[in-house]
Parts: sequence; C-alpha cells; structure tokens
Amino acid sequence: MIASRIRFAGLAAFLLVGATACGAAPSTTAAPAASGGSAAGVDARTATSAADFGGLDKLVEAANKEGKLHVIALPPDWANYGKIIAAFKAKYPGIEIEEETPDAASADEINAVKTRKGQDRAPDVLDVAQSFAISGAAEGLFAPYKVQTWDKIPENQKEATGLWFNDYGGYVSIGCDAKKITTCPTSFADLLKPEYKGKVAMNGNPTQSGSAFAGVFAAALANGGSFDDIQPGLDFFKKLKAAGNFNPVETTPATIEKGETQISIDWDYNNAAYAPKMAEKGLDWKTNIPSDGKFLQLYAQAINKDAPHPAAARLWQEFLYSAEGQNLYLAGFARPVLLPAMKADGTVDAAAEANLPAVEGEPTFPTEEQNNKAKEVLASGWGAAVAG
Amino acid sequence: MTTDGGTAARGGSRTRSKGWLAALPLLAFVALAFGIPAIALLFGAFTVKDPKTLTSSFSTSNLTESLQGNYLNTLISSVQLSAVVAVLGAILGTFLAQAVVTSHSRALRESVLTASGVLANFGGVPLAFAWIATLGNAGVITKAFGLADGSWSLYNFWGLALVYMYFSVPLMVLTVVPALDGLKPQWREAAGNNGATTWQYWRHVGIPVLTPSLLGGVVLLFGGAFAAYATARAMVGSTVPLVTLQIADALTGNVLIGHENMALALSLDMIVIAGLVMAVYLPLQKRSSRWLR
Repeated sequence: MIASRIRFAGLAAFLLVGATACGAAPSTTAAPAASGGSAAGVDARTATSAADFGGLDKLVEAANKEGKLHVIALPPDWANYGKIIAAFKAKYPGIEIEEETPDAASADEINAVKTRKGQDRAPDVLDVAQSFAISGAAEGLFAPYKVQTWDKIPENQKEATGLWFNDYGGYVSIGCDAKKITTCPTSFADLLKPEYKGKVAMNGNPTQSGSAFAGVFAAALANGGSFDDIQPGLDFFKKLKAAGNFNPVETTPATIEKGETQISIDWDYNNAAYAPKMAEKGLDWKTNIPSDGKFLQLYAQAINKDAPHPAAARLWQEFLYSAEGQNLYLAGFARPVLLPAMKADGTVDAAAEANLPAVEGEPTFPTEEQNNKAKEVLASGWGAAVAG
Repeated sequence: MTTDGGTAARGGSRTRSKGWLAALPLLAFVALAFGIPAIALLFGAFTVKDPKTLTSSFSTSNLTESLQGNYLNTLISSVQLSAVVAVLGAILGTFLAQAVVTSHSRALRESVLTASGVLANFGGVPLAFAWIATLGNAGVITKAFGLADGSWSLYNFWGLALVYMYFSVPLMVLTVVPALDGLKPQWREAAGNNGATTWQYWRHVGIPVLTPSLLGGVVLLFGGAFAAYATARAMVGSTVPLVTLQIADALTGNVLIGHENMALALSLDMIVIAGLVMAVYLPLQKRSSRWLR
C-alpha cells in the first residue's frame, strides 16, 4: 500500500519535473568560445558580411581556425541535408560538424539557443519556421549577417538587417501510393471521395508540425477560406474525419512503406523525396500539388548571436546560399529561395529543377499577423475537428 | 498554535525529532527535485508574456483559459480515459490475481507475477508500435481478418484504453496479490462455520479488508494513465484529446509560439486533479484500513 503511494508520489514528481524541465538541455560545462576571427583583426561575432573579414577566403581561414560547427535539427532525409552536410565537410575538411537532435522542432532550437547561452554546445546556426525566426529576432537571439548573394533574395523573404533569411521551401502536396490506390487524388475535394476511406494522413499534427499546419491552410484556401480565415480548413478536416477518410497515423517513411499511410498531405519536397526510396521497396509513390489549394512556405536560416563558432556559422550560411548549396536543396526536391535568380543567371541545376512537382501560378504568402491569427484558431479548434 | 500539547511532555518527542534529522537528506532532496520545479511551475502558470513588448506580468488568464473550450475538453477527455482504465484495470486485475492466488499453483503464481512485473513496465513507444503492428490499420491481425473493412480502428478512445490496459492490468495484479495473500483462510472458515455464504463472506469480510488496496490500485492506475504520453503520442496523434499531448503541443513543434506558460497552467491543472484523486482516496483508505488493525 505504502509502496503504491510512494510510486504515485514519484509519478506526480516525475510529471512535475517533466513539465517544467523540458527546456533544459543536458550540457557540457560552459566554455566561452575562443574569439573567432580575431587573428585577422575581425571579431567574427559582429561581422555582418564576408567583406568584414576581408573576403570569403579570410572567412574560410577564420572558420578553419575555429574548426567546428554545431548544428541542430537538420534531418538527413529532409531537404537533402544529409548531402548538404557531406558536401560542406568535403569542401572544408578543416571544419568538423557536430550534428545534434536531427528531429528537433523549431521551438526546441530556440530553446537550445536560450538555455545554452555561452556554452560550447549551443547551436551555431538555426533552420526554423519563419514565424520562429521573426519571434527569435524580436527576442534578440540572432546575429545580423548578409550572405554574398543577399541582394538576390526576394525582399519578402528576408529580414532587412539580415537577422534571418528564408532558405528553402515547398508546396503542400498530396503523396499517394499508386500501387494500392487506383486513382491518386489531385485536389482536396478528391480526398473526400469514399474510395479513400481511412487513408488520408498527415505528416504530424497541425499544432506541432509546420507541414500539417500548412496542409490545413491549403485546405482552407481550397474550401473558400483565405489567409485571414483558416476555419474552412478545420471544417474540411472535420468533414474528412466524419467521412471516415481521415487517418490519424502520422506519416513517416516507415508508415508509407508498411502501407499504413497510403495517402499523405506533406511538403512536396518530402513526398517527392520519398518516391525514389519507395521505388526500391516496390511502391509507386506519386506526388500531386492539389489543384484547388496551393500553399507555399519557406523555412528560414539564422545565426545564433552567441554562436560558439561564429565564423564557421557565417561560412555555413555562405555555403547554403552559394549556387552549390542552393542546388543541393533543389536536388532534395526543395525549392531554394534563390531559384528565380539562379534560373535567370543560368546557375540552376536544370535536371534537378525538372524533377520538381509541377505547379502553375505565382505563390502568395500570408503575413505574420495572418499566420498568428490562423495558429490561434487552429490551437483551439483542431482537437475538436478531429477528435473521436 | 498552542505549545502545551500533551505529546511534547511525554519525552517521546526527542527521539522523534532525531528521526526527523535522519530524514533531512531526503527532505532536502524532495525540496530540490520536487519543490523547485513546483515553484517554477506555479510562477510560470501565473505569468503572461506579451508577444509584442516581451514584458511579463502576473495574471490568472492562463489558468482561466486552461479551463475553457478546447483545453477543458482535453482535461475532461484525459480524466475519462484514466478513469475507464483505472476502474476496468482494477476489476480485471483483481479477478486475475484472485484466480492466481486461489489456484495454489506455485508455478502459475511465479510465472504470472514475473510476467506482470515485465508487462507493467512495458509502455511508451515500443508498446504503441507493438499494438500498431498487430492491430493498427496495416497490422498483421487487422489484415489477416479483414478488420479494416468493418469499423475497427485502434486509433480512438477505446483503442487507447485497450492499450493502456495492457500495462495497467499487470500493475493491478502486482498491487493486489499481497493483499489477497493477507486474507487469512481462518476468516473464511470462521465465516463458513457461522453459516455465511461465499457472497456474504466477500460482502462483509473480504471486500472491506481489501478496500484500501483496491482503492490504492485504482489511484495508481489512474495516475499511470493520466500521466502517460509517449504511447498516446505514437498511436493516436491528436485524435484523442489528452492533456499531456496538449502540453507537448504548447512546448515544442514548428507552429505554436509563446504557449509555454499555457503548458505550465495545464500542468498545474493536472497536479490539482491528481491531488483531488488523492484527497478522495486518503480518507476512504483511512476509514477502511481500520479493518486491518
């Protein structure tokens, strides 16, 4: 009896600690980073461009001196990050990349920046959803930096002083196993057809996953909603659930392979990247951009203001925004932010571009206010839409 | 508070205070590991951060909001699930334990208790995957028997309750077996000698004596189901609203920003609910434990 009470108390204590200590990261002892590129007479922490170092070569020199880059939340099978990291390592063999928690979310990244201030294990660079970039910039977590290709990044895809800048993105798309599904859905309206009973899944839960959130936004656009009104998107999923078509399993490559998620709403670069892998397993994974709800969103890059390896962090950005880095995103089916510029100056990898799922029309983007409002509606309405 | 209480005069208080001293490391540990997070949680639950100005102020708005609309639904749904699991788990577990105890088979007893010890600790993502692989929408049994063509779905309230029972029933067995062992055969014989039927024996002797253990088991199972997170996360995503999943949504992810204090307010609600369950259980337990004296 007493034992069970103690166990219950322990459980309650665990619950408490779990609830409050989630943000705390295990850490090595704080080691104030050696001053970055001070040898060259530049403080890498405050450098806002490669020119501040005296050119890219000097930046490489400073980064080599640091010898390390600490990255977080870069899944190898997401937007080709596995190959991007490998290419960076091959190009700059003097810099070791420490990868951490590849599956972390934007909120975890921001938490890591806050809780590991001054530690050697703090992330140097961040790849976050744009709204986290905006809120992180407002909290003063980032260092301003302009990559050499800065001017080619469209105005609405960057913060004016370089606190954050969008890197790559994609459209909401519908993936489908054409071996098991006779006709793959090509619109949100299709998804309600009785033949897709219990099949329509998402990559996560829209209150957590950026792609699922975008999926609800796209569904809203497809059903008479707008950037100001995401409610029709929630109503759509409610209808989907009522029709018995909604599948609560969250898509991963494994669930696709096992046939648990035969139709999946996800970023087109995820769905498209699954295709070659699934082909090896005997699946025919097709990707369609829904004709009635097109929604494009980009993720953002930012440099931690207290980056333990400030020069390496800046070099990483230069690499990502070089033609090489941008084409690597493209090879992973993601749409790099410099794609229009690269098409214009002919540096684009045409073969990789041709592999992208086709989309017609120019993309538009919700404003930050519209985004925030949509999130509040979603946070309070999603549970009710799909519960049961 | 008066100081002339009778207990202090009896001289026993000196040894008692020494006992307290020995418990000091434990108390310090509890204060550190339990107290500090609790204070941080309380503090955070009552703090509201303005997203624009980034200034914090004290307010009860988090708590108010946590008891309304969608958040209230998740709390209710969590309590319902935990209650269903606790009651059904306790009943099934008790009958199973009683069967094992009355069988008087040492081999059966040992094997059931060992298996219970293992299964009671089988939880989290591995448990969810075991069930998904067996009875999920592409599971072995689902496919073999064509269950998906019917209306079978593992990914709902009753599916989750079923999976929780998988570790709750063994936990109940472990909790209640010692109590069942404590029912002396002489009591039953005495009752029989006085002409009591089996039902009368259980009604007037067995169940009253067992009540504290049964209640303790129910509370334990309730707590286990109430706090469970990983299994539900892996299995049902957001289709069964649960407060632990809601807390995770507020703390992590790529979508919601600035809901951390909301998560703390929800945690506070959970603690209050756990406290209420204990508050119901403790007096009942006190009352019924008289029988054991």
